[in-house]
Amino acid sequence: MGYMMIDGRKVEFTDERNVLSVIRKAGISLPTLCYHSEVSTFGACRLCTVEDDRGRTFASCSEEPRDGMVIYTNTGKIKKYRKLIVELLLAAHCRDCTTCVKSGECVLQELAHRMGVTNVRFENTREIRPLDTSSPSIVRDPNKCILCGDCVRACEEIQGIGALGFAFRGTEAMVMPAFDKPLAETDCVNCGQCRVYCPTGAISIKTHMDEVWDALADKDTRVVAQIAPAVRVAVGDSFGLTKGRSVMGKIVNVLHRMGFDEVYDTAFSADLTVMEESEEFLERLEQNENLPLLTSCCPAWVKFVHDQYPEFVENISSCRSPQGMFSAVIKEYYRSPKNSGGKKTIVVSVMPCTAKKMEAIRPNSFTRGKQDTDIVITTTELIRMIRNSGIEFETLDPEACDMPFGFSSGGGMIFGVTGGVTEAVLRRMTEGHSKVELDAISECGVRGSEGIKEVTLPYNDTQLNICIVSGLANARTVMERVRNGEASYHLIEVMACRRGCIMGGGQPPRAGDRTKAAREKGLYNADNVTIIKKSDENPLIAPLYDGLLKGKVHQLLHNQES
Amino acid sequence: MIINSRKELEKQRKAASEEIKSYNCRILVCAGTGCIATGSQKIYDEMKKLCADLEGVTVEMEKDVPHIGVVKTGCQGICELGPLIRIEPYHYQYVKVQLEDCREIFERTVLKGEPVERLFYHKGEKAFAKPKDIPFIAKQTRVVLENCGNIDAESIDEYIASGGFKALAKAIFDMKPDEVVEVVDQSGLRGRGGGGFPAGRKWKQVARQPEKVRYVVCNGDEGDPGAFMDGSVMEGDPFKMIEGMIIAAYAVSAQEGYIYVRAEYPLSVARLKMAIAQAEEYHLLGDKIMGSDFSFHLHINRGAGAFVCGEGSALTASIEGNRGMPRVKPPRTVEKGLWEKPTVLNNVETFANVPNIILKGVEWFRSIGSEGSPGTKTFSITGAIENTGLLEVPMGTTLREIIYDIGGGIKGGGEFKAVQIGGPSGGCLITPHLDVGLDFDSVKKYDAIVGSGGLVVMDEHTCMVEVARFFMSFTQRESCGKCVPCREGTKRMLEILERIVKGEGKLEDLDQLEELAEMVRSMALCGLGKSAPLPVLSTLRTFRDEYVEHIVEKKCVSKTCEALRSFKINPEFCKGCSKCAKNCPVGAITGKLKEAYTINNDLCIKCGACKDNCAFDAVYIEA
Amino acid sequence: MLDQSYYTKTDEFIEHYGRKASSLIPIMQDIQGEYRYLPGELLTYVAKEIGVKEAKAYSVATFYENFSFEPKGKYIIKVCDGTACHVRKSTPILEALFKELGLSQKKHTTDDMLFTVETVSCLGACGLAPTLTVNDEVHPNMTPEKALALVEELRGEGL
Repeated sequence: MGYMMIDGRKVEFTDERNVLSVIRKAGISLPTLCYHSEVSTFGACRLCTVEDDRGRTFASCSEEPRDGMVIYTNTGKIKKYRKLIVELLLAAHCRDCTTCVKSGECVLQELAHRMGVTNVRFENTREIRPLDTSSPSIVRDPNKCILCGDCVRACEEIQGIGALGFAFRGTEAMVMPAFDKPLAETDCVNCGQCRVYCPTGAISIKTHMDEVWDALADKDTRVVAQIAPAVRVAVGDSFGLTKGRSVMGKIVNVLHRMGFDEVYDTAFSADLTVMEESEEFLERLEQNENLPLLTSCCPAWVKFVHDQYPEFVENISSCRSPQGMFSAVIKEYYRSPKNSGGKKTIVVSVMPCTAKKMEAIRPNSFTRGKQDTDIVITTTELIRMIRNSGIEFETLDPEACDMPFGFSSGGGMIFGVTGGVTEAVLRRMTEGHSKVELDAISECGVRGSEGIKEVTLPYNDTQLNICIVSGLANARTVMERVRNGEASYHLIEVMACRRGCIMGGGQPPRAGDRTKAAREKGLYNADNVTIIKKSDENPLIAPLYDGLLKGKVHQLLHNQES
Repeated sequence: MIINSRKELEKQRKAASEEIKSYNCRILVCAGTGCIATGSQKIYDEMKKLCADLEGVTVEMEKDVPHIGVVKTGCQGICELGPLIRIEPYHYQYVKVQLEDCREIFERTVLKGEPVERLFYHKGEKAFAKPKDIPFIAKQTRVVLENCGNIDAESIDEYIASGGFKALAKAIFDMKPDEVVEVVDQSGLRGRGGGGFPAGRKWKQVARQPEKVRYVVCNGDEGDPGAFMDGSVMEGDPFKMIEGMIIAAYAVSAQEGYIYVRAEYPLSVARLKMAIAQAEEYHLLGDKIMGSDFSFHLHINRGAGAFVCGEGSALTASIEGNRGMPRVKPPRTVEKGLWEKPTVLNNVETFANVPNIILKGVEWFRSIGSEGSPGTKTFSITGAIENTGLLEVPMGTTLREIIYDIGGGIKGGGEFKAVQIGGPSGGCLITPHLDVGLDFDSVKKYDAIVGSGGLVVMDEHTCMVEVARFFMSFTQRESCGKCVPCREGTKRMLEILERIVKGEGKLEDLDQLEELAEMVRSMALCGLGKSAPLPVLSTLRTFRDEYVEHIVEKKCVSKTCEALRSFKINPEFCKGCSKCAKNCPVGAITGKLKEAYTINNDLCIKCGACKDNCAFDAVYIEA
Repeated sequence: MLDQSYYTKTDEFIEHYGRKASSLIPIMQDIQGEYRYLPGELLTYVAKEIGVKEAKAYSVATFYENFSFEPKGKYIIKVCDGTACHVRKSTPILEALFKELGLSQKKHTTDDMLFTVETVSCLGACGLAPTLTVNDEVHPNMTPEKALALVEELRGEGL
């Protein structure tokens, strides 16, 4: 608590961790390339350096606010140095900006523009290194790395994976996996958080937009889209619409305009997941085996368990993820010549997630040995495709999804936030569906952005212990406790990305606290306005079980033995 | 041997002193890194052998019972004159002793007490028999180095005999921890590692942290090229700094300590290991020290080759098993140091000062040195100086005294040009600064720092631009690469300096160099980064004309910069033997036999082969 | 594939320092000391055994100059390029060694695995500048000629 003078104005501070936060609160957007409040302070870019009244300079990200501090954020000296720092970074950076996948979203580019760096006086003497395209989800371009270490800290501190590290030192320093191995050969879980944190084009999504355009251009192909819940709340702000507000209707419209034959909501198959996973859960409870049940919707988490906790692989739910279930159902539907009309069907799934690209090619997610989800694009790619199409997204009227799979419950929609799967499963396991009963579930502790939430609920004669986790470093904490017998749960829901899929690795990056909250609210609002909240009450579900799924539930909705 | 009380310590001291006194003669062989390099180990072995041979042989002796001790001591100071040996009780100091001299020394001095005059240090006509007569030694004030070269560095008994662990006993048995902190604080002892931060204040801050797990860490990662004082202390008197560390641990209630020693100091590691083992055996280290309730355990970490680990937070990161990258502060090391626990981090010389302060008191310590910087400072003096070596003087001693009175002046009677002080983080002092008393505060005014105490003397044969380039290439190579100013800024500065020494510089390069230097100085993350541009800034300020000369006239007056010098043949001396032409790898030299040859400077690669091979000194370098 | 004996030896080092993150550097130093290089497989093995992520272990190993994934020569010659040695002309010594042994700033070890030539910042023997070390033994007052003679001598011993 106290006051400080920032550029001659008195600014109050309360519990801000550092001077930088106070400056930003005061409405000055001090540039940074290595500061993220969620990970440890690194202090390497030095751009947030400010000057005090004695002419002393210090980085504001690492200085605690003190009462009576007098600082200047934009003295002539500091401005000059900041510009020089950006110039030096650019000098050691591959400057193919016009063709860079990050162009327009690159923080370095933005800062160069802001600082007025119009000339780089130094030659780039860095050796050109090959790209790492081994991962199905992520591309690493070391030539664009500015060594801010954001990816290293995100991977280590938030995800607890540590697939990336600094290697060598000085001007030879580079970020890479151990022994410069291809990313695909490491413990990388494809979550894409490194890419979210990367301020430049050094780590980007492996894009599959061209494949989608090609499919759309092929008249003999039926192109079917499924859109994950978290996508709808992360698109609008790119087109000047309200942050976090669901624009599902517009997305359906724009995809139709682009030439998609059918557009569906993955929330529908999330309902199927609820059905299957609840049943599996009850069965395991009854038999008291393979508990805790570990959720399987998040492919990064599933890979994490396989890599780090192989002894718990049996605990993973055998259910396919909503993406997997939907693609299997669609492909099954069009397997019948009556439905297909002789056309080939391609399923494009639009996901907030880079790991879904990996899940789609994971052999145990195949049906009859064939890949169900043909192409996965992320929200970021969807936005780029919309821009590419020239369609003025913001002006579009909403449209509804297509039939026969175009309806979903609110329970399916909240899969996009941490706790959503559990909440939907609990709704399914609860007899009633009155507002009182549903509110009791949402208020039992499943909601909220904490990384580890524990919920205890009475069920029949027992107490159900449920743990809801987001962020894999948190997952590691929980799994260690489970392994050591310090904690015991019946169900553990894990989303690899903090706060769940709304903050997935495929979402538009640079989302601040307000954006995060807005996306979360957006999904709960989508649930609020849906009449049917419980997955089992989705009117399309029962006929599906009686029809297409009859005798094929295991084959289509569960992962195959690999 | 177990020492379980102060009384037992004193008993041991008496026994050890008597043991030393019982020798009729002691041969002190310098076993510092320098003298070992010149062969002192062989001298030691030979003297040992000669003594052993003596047993059972009747020799005509002046003394009744031949009881001779041969010991390896720490650095005796004048490394250039090694191997050094001293014979007690006669105080004869022999220099440049060769294996073949051993027998004569043995027979004449050891057995008969006669001097071997030819092995004395000679300056001109004058011979110096005893160390205290040699100006290099005579003009020093040895406090930290008091034992260095005088006792067996590998024997705890000799250390105890010399008064060792008296201060520790006083601290543990007569003083409360707070009182120890207070004494160190009052003494005004400032960290000898570079910054000069008051040690007492640091200890105080650690002592008042709520966290009870605390560490004492000794920075022995003396990385400044041209500085070897700490190495000499670790090798020459390891117990003194260990005692200092134990006292520090007692003062701040720390349970564990670490000594981080540079990878390049294998001898220091060996001596420290030996010292720790002996101290533990005596219960002067470990559980229940001297029977008290105070326990302290000490570990050694070897550096793995990274200069930046001399920076406090990088050093603790390295002990923890991480990359030695400095971290942002706050939190400071005193709050969250090693393993995020409160940590006292001082360097070797700082700890080595502690026992004397405790024993002799604040008044005594403050009576040495200058007002703001009490005590002494060790320096290593190298470069274009007559007496290279290790020395210790009171803070505030002038450069002139150090260079001329102790160092013996410029080598070969040359002209003093500058002295580089503080290593890659420091700057240059020049003739007008010769009478400035060196202490932490005075030197800062000239954009230099005392640093750890490396002094590199330069004469007119040294090119200041090349010196700046040398330091910049050092800091550049050693930059950890974390922060942008240091990683990218020093790289670009080095590029510019390399251009200039190659004669490819432009005048605007100087502005760019200054711009980069000022930026790095203000914006870098750690102290090493912030000070990396100092050698450049300091030479730019003082020797700007040399820079301009390199750029505009493409000339290096000191004839150092290869690209800017040209080889010529003096036709008056040249006999036309053709040897130079034959040795020239690029065929740049032509001529007729028995006539003066000439060098085609367009082809010449300036390798110097012609000059090296000319029998008539006909080849010369033109700037 | 490394011989099993490498792992047995490494296990000894691991036991000696304990299975903790702070043991990483000392264990690597001992491996480097034992084999004159740090085999990558052992780094991976140590990381796993002491519970450090592989990328982290690699990042530490590549940070410090003393670790080398390439086997070093029988004689490791370190030419001191500290200030004192530099002003007393250490560079020609390094160049002479490079030339004689066909090495460079990029190639440090001779093909016959007899010599590795490196520079070192300061050996702390400034009084005897310029200096170099052969397997940690300091040789004072060097000149290019003396350095080459030393190489000749070592060659004789090495065969």
